[in-house]
Amino acid sequence: MNKSVYASPDQVSETKRHILTVLVDNEPGVLARVIGMFSGRGYNIDSLNVAEVSNDENISRITIVTHGTSEVVSQIEKQLLRIVPVHSVTNLDQEGSSVEAEVALVYIYISDTNKKKVYQLCDLYRARKIENENNTTIFEIAGASERVNRFIKEINKITKVEIVRSGPVAISSIQKN
Amino acid sequence: MNNEITGAEIVLKSLAEQGVEVVFGYPGGAVLPIYDTLFKQNSIKHVLVRQEGGAIHAAEGYARSTGKTGVVLVTSGPGATNVVTGLTDAMMDSVPIVCITGQVPQHLIGSDAFQECDTTGITRPCTKHNYLVKDVNKLSSVFHEAFTIAQNGRPGPVLIDIPKDVQFASGTYEEKNKIIIPSHRLFEPSPDFEKNKIEEAVQLISKAKKPIFYIGGGCINSGPKASTLVREFINMVGSPVTMTLMGLGVVGSSDKNSLGMLGMHGMYEANMAMHECDVMINIGARFDDRVTGRLDAFSPNSKKIHIDIDESNINKTINVDVPIIGDVKQVVEKMIEVWKEKKFKIDDHAIKLWWEKINKWKEVDCLNYNNKGNQIKPQHAVQRLYELTKNTKTFITTEVGQHQMWAAQFYKFEEPNRWLTSGGLGTMGYGFPAAIGAQVGHPDALVVDIAGDASILMNIQEMSTAVQYRLPVKIFILNNEYMGMVRQWQELLHGGRYSESYTDSLPDFVKLAESYKAVGLRAKTTDELDDVITQMIETKNTVIADIWVTKEENCFPMIQSGSAHNEMMLSKDQKQDKKSAEKGKILV
Repeated sequence: MNKSVYASPDQVSETKRHILTVLVDNEPGVLARVIGMFSGRGYNIDSLNVAEVSNDENISRITIVTHGTSEVVSQIEKQLLRIVPVHSVTNLDQEGSSVEAEVALVYIYISDTNKKKVYQLCDLYRARKIENENNTTIFEIAGASERVNRFIKEINKITKVEIVRSGPVAISSIQKN
Repeated sequence: MNNEITGAEIVLKSLAEQGVEVVFGYPGGAVLPIYDTLFKQNSIKHVLVRQEGGAIHAAEGYARSTGKTGVVLVTSGPGATNVVTGLTDAMMDSVPIVCITGQVPQHLIGSDAFQECDTTGITRPCTKHNYLVKDVNKLSSVFHEAFTIAQNGRPGPVLIDIPKDVQFASGTYEEKNKIIIPSHRLFEPSPDFEKNKIEEAVQLISKAKKPIFYIGGGCINSGPKASTLVREFINMVGSPVTMTLMGLGVVGSSDKNSLGMLGMHGMYEANMAMHECDVMINIGARFDDRVTGRLDAFSPNSKKIHIDIDESNINKTINVDVPIIGDVKQVVEKMIEVWKEKKFKIDDHAIKLWWEKINKWKEVDCLNYNNKGNQIKPQHAVQRLYELTKNTKTFITTEVGQHQMWAAQFYKFEEPNRWLTSGGLGTMGYGFPAAIGAQVGHPDALVVDIAGDASILMNIQEMSTAVQYRLPVKIFILNNEYMGMVRQWQELLHGGRYSESYTDSLPDFVKLAESYKAVGLRAKTTDELDDVITQMIETKNTVIADIWVTKEENCFPMIQSGSAHNEMMLSKDQKQDKKSAEKGKILV
């Protein structure tokens, strides 16, 4: 729970996955400030996603998936808020309910023997084939990370694949007025 | 356009509007336009140091002794990398600094140009914020924001990197009051700053039977008024108070409630009281590991109140019961109000018993040392320095090591801002340039750097600066020919194998001083000591006083690494048990 070199105090809660949404001024170096805080203080980044959000050009939304005890994650939130261009930090797990999704692109090594199985599986998971000029088999699957994990696990049993994943993005689903 | 001025002129104009009187710096290729503009004006004074590391420590000393923001001006590449230690030091000890670095012109950035380095990349983790200014029209707003950020909330260093072409380019200047800084970029306390938390805290204090105030550097950063209020509140409660290394001077040493410093080399009574208290009131301190010792044994039976302007300090290493986020001055003012309003009173009988207990601990006389013989004990040297300077307006700076702890233990501070030491980072070489900065800010005061023979050599080149500007800084070296604190740890934890901690081939400090046209003095025995100190004070020139002290003296009392507050070592004979000593060895 603490970063001191001395022994830690007794109460330590269990390690859990947390999704943090960080709104930042879109200025040079801001991403380096955020991820530098994680590496410098020894926190974990499981995945990271950054993009400008269209309704305000000057603000970017960073989604970070991390894991740690609630004490560690609370420290992470406070350390993020010290960074000058950071507007707000929201821990979606503490917000209550949220929805999350990610996108994976999967290059599938396909042959006559496995073709049928592959298409069946992709159909089952509603993965969409992306047409491309070389006519190779590339599928796109979107949804919760666990669903993507399951798909990848199963397709791996059938054939060799190459995968790229965006990492999850998430948003609070609480009603706002 | 008529209103346009060059980037370099905007830099100077911004500094002038911010009320900057002095800049500590060192010129070089990438800042020549700024130095050229500096040459053409008279309102801002420049102090030329001899290495950039000296400039930033001097700015720290200036800032901490005056309460103003210290300003540094250095070139690109090595100029910038040389200030990294000082930036980190200022970050750890919350010192407001604005550091201007030159950068190669924009078309060369990224080409590994001569004296190019990624300054904003290197300094990102050791500044509160930094900028690379690519547009001359943004320069003035960046400067005004930088000064605000450096001073706002928990103060700290801010760096502005300016490519050379931006210094030459023409642009418009915007005045300070025209700049609007978005509120998320600053610390802003909530308007009623947690009034119910304040009431909860005050009530908790009123019910305490064994309270203790634990005061840190945040009280000093909050301004002199904060110290006055803290003293007033402690007097109203009648509670004992202990201070961290950074907090010395907030409550006067002679104050009847003061137990002196706590922590690794703190007072026995202060640490015991922290261990046994039932309510701890932390004001502007951050539960540093030098203070807490072993965390799982830290003040096990107390309710803890923590007042801090930086929320990330709350529950970082120690869980607290009543956190209050805010500026010390405002929070304590409110606490006094509530205390008076609700006519709170502490249990007199309980406090009397608490003081009786504390007075018993005081009888241990933890700072006692054997002062026999004609050889000078380092503790004695600091005591004599105190006695002979206590009636003069004196600023004390230190380097890092045994001498620093002896200075903290034996020099008695009655006021805030008079004690300048590198606490968080522990930077050897801090004290002398910091003393130069303090002397620049207080030309008529006595400024003494209590130094060790090893530390002083880390920035000895600044002798030249001190002499050039006729700064009568006094360097008081406790010379034992060792890196004393390293040697002490080697004695206690590494079987007395003094690996590389003996400083062979030390210079003759008297001749060294003379070679810079300063004054060198030496005391070899106790009967020479007072004369040397008196002569040092009376000399209106830079002085090195080389005080030969006993070589293998240890700094006690001591909480060894991995031990708790109630497991203090009072002398060498009282060895730690072997098992916890082994465990402590891996700690710092």
